[in-house]
Amino acid sequence: MTTRPILTVQDLSVVFPDSNGGLRALEDISFEVCPREFICFLGPSGSGKTTLLRAVANLLQPTTGRVHFIHHQHPKIGMVFQQASLMPWRSALDNIKLPLELEGLGESKARKKALEMIELVGLQGFEDSWPRDLSGGMAQRVGIARALIHDPDLLLLDEPFASLDALTRERMWTELSRIWQARQKTVIMVTHSINESLFLADRVLVLTQRPGKIKLDVEVDLPRPRKDDIRYTPHFGKLARKLREAIE
Amino acid sequence: MSVFKRVQNILPVILSIAFALLAWQLIVQVTQLPRFILPAPADVWTRFVKALMDGSLLYHTRITLAEIVLGLLSGIAFATVTGYMLAKSRSLEKILSPYLVASQAIPVVAIAPLLVIWLGDGILSKVVICALIVFFPVLVNTVVGVRAVPTALYDLMHSIRATRLQILLKLEVPASLPVLLGGLRIGATLSVIGAIVGELVDAEQGLGFLLQLGDFQYDTSMVFVAVFTLIALALSLYGVVTLLERKFLKWQK
Ligand SMILES: Nc1ncnc2c1ncn2[C@@H]1O[C@H](COP(=O)(O)OP(=O)(O)O)[C@@H](O)[C@H]1O
Ligand SMILES: [Mg+2]
Repeated sequence: MTTRPILTVQDLSVVFPDSNGGLRALEDISFEVCPREFICFLGPSGSGKTTLLRAVANLLQPTTGRVHFIHHQHPKIGMVFQQASLMPWRSALDNIKLPLELEGLGESKARKKALEMIELVGLQGFEDSWPRDLSGGMAQRVGIARALIHDPDLLLLDEPFASLDALTRERMWTELSRIWQARQKTVIMVTHSINESLFLADRVLVLTQRPGKIKLDVEVDLPRPRKDDIRYTPHFGKLARKLREAIE
Repeated sequence: MSVFKRVQNILPVILSIAFALLAWQLIVQVTQLPRFILPAPADVWTRFVKALMDGSLLYHTRITLAEIVLGLLSGIAFATVTGYMLAKSRSLEKILSPYLVASQAIPVVAIAPLLVIWLGDGILSKVVICALIVFFPVLVNTVVGVRAVPTALYDLMHSIRATRLQILLKLEVPASLPVLLGGLRIGATLSVIGAIVGELVDAEQGLGFLLQLGDFQYDTSMVFVAVFTLIALALSLYGVVTLLERKFLKWQK
């Protein structure tokens, strides 16, 4: 791709203070993301995936290195957290609506958009449910809807489908591909599922065990749209094997 | 809720009150104590009706209620603002906490006379005493409530670039409301005590004054009327907090 990267991460390291000299979570991470690119970070748990997303979202200050956005402009971000992170005092619909409220959109417009998102993630009939009455998977879908509703430029997804059952997960993969293609978003997703990363991403970056470093950067040149049965093709198998070897 | 259910809920309360009245009447009849020591329920009722008709009860109740409401509101206002700042700043907490803890070691009864000397025997000194007594429990609950706001939700708010004000209004206030209302529940009951303590020190009006007047004049029935009115006030305030909880904490159950 020849377009200028929307995001450049340079020599990023994150050390968390602890009793014995600091816990090194990430070390010398450098990568670029082009507009409309879908990239996946793959790594074992504890490899600093969440920390990386938080640094990109400006939720934590890197110890060294920097996160640089094109034109120095912090883009509009939609983030899906590993735990759904819903507000328990808001109904499903009101949780989804939150970003629009913060932008100051009128109540009726916000509501209408939120109802569209409810439909998109297949939660019709649960608009008025409290988060405590939703299953893990349903809560996560509310979180996904909330991340998309304000039409962000950059989507940050932290293992968003880990708590879903296999069927819903695969449906959400298809949905996410569709949304990504229709809305032209840039996506950084974190996962520990090889299948998930190959099904969705343009590029997969593999992180090592702690401290997380980039071990492998693979272009996923599988044709789109990717259907379910793509995983039985020899090329998919070859890529999967490559990733698996890198993880171990 | 069906009417039947409602009756079923209230019935035990009614029964227990009826039982208490009956026991009271029995004690009066058996002991034959003079009326100025222990009046019968009927005496208290007669005195109540009289105080109601001549307007004195309503007048004094209004004064005390005003002291309580003003004291409660200002106490809550100061406590939540201070509590929020303490929750946000560990260094401020370190500076202020010795004073706060020390202030709690002094019973309000002990400083009430001072406040009356400084602020006069009017309504102001009572409002301040009331606010002081409400302050601490609300403060503590505010600190606890704000500190307990999940960091994940701060991450969420920052990721969609919420302003400080939005974080306060859309996250911190609703998230700490359950604990805050718990503090209010305690504060509401204490506020009644605060107002009466102030009035007992020195006052020309209010239920505490009425109570003392009854005491001086051996009008024990009047003392009973004042005490029961205070109980009713405390219960109503408690009821208001319960209503607030029902309205704002629907999601908790
Ligand atoms: N706020 C924090 N303070 C201290 N240590 C942290 C913090 N966040 C993460 N860590 C540590 O950093 C390492 C990487 O964590 P994380 O980014 O959550 O990994 P992953 O998401 O890949 O499982 C872990 O060892 C974790 O305990
Ligand atoms: Mg993680």
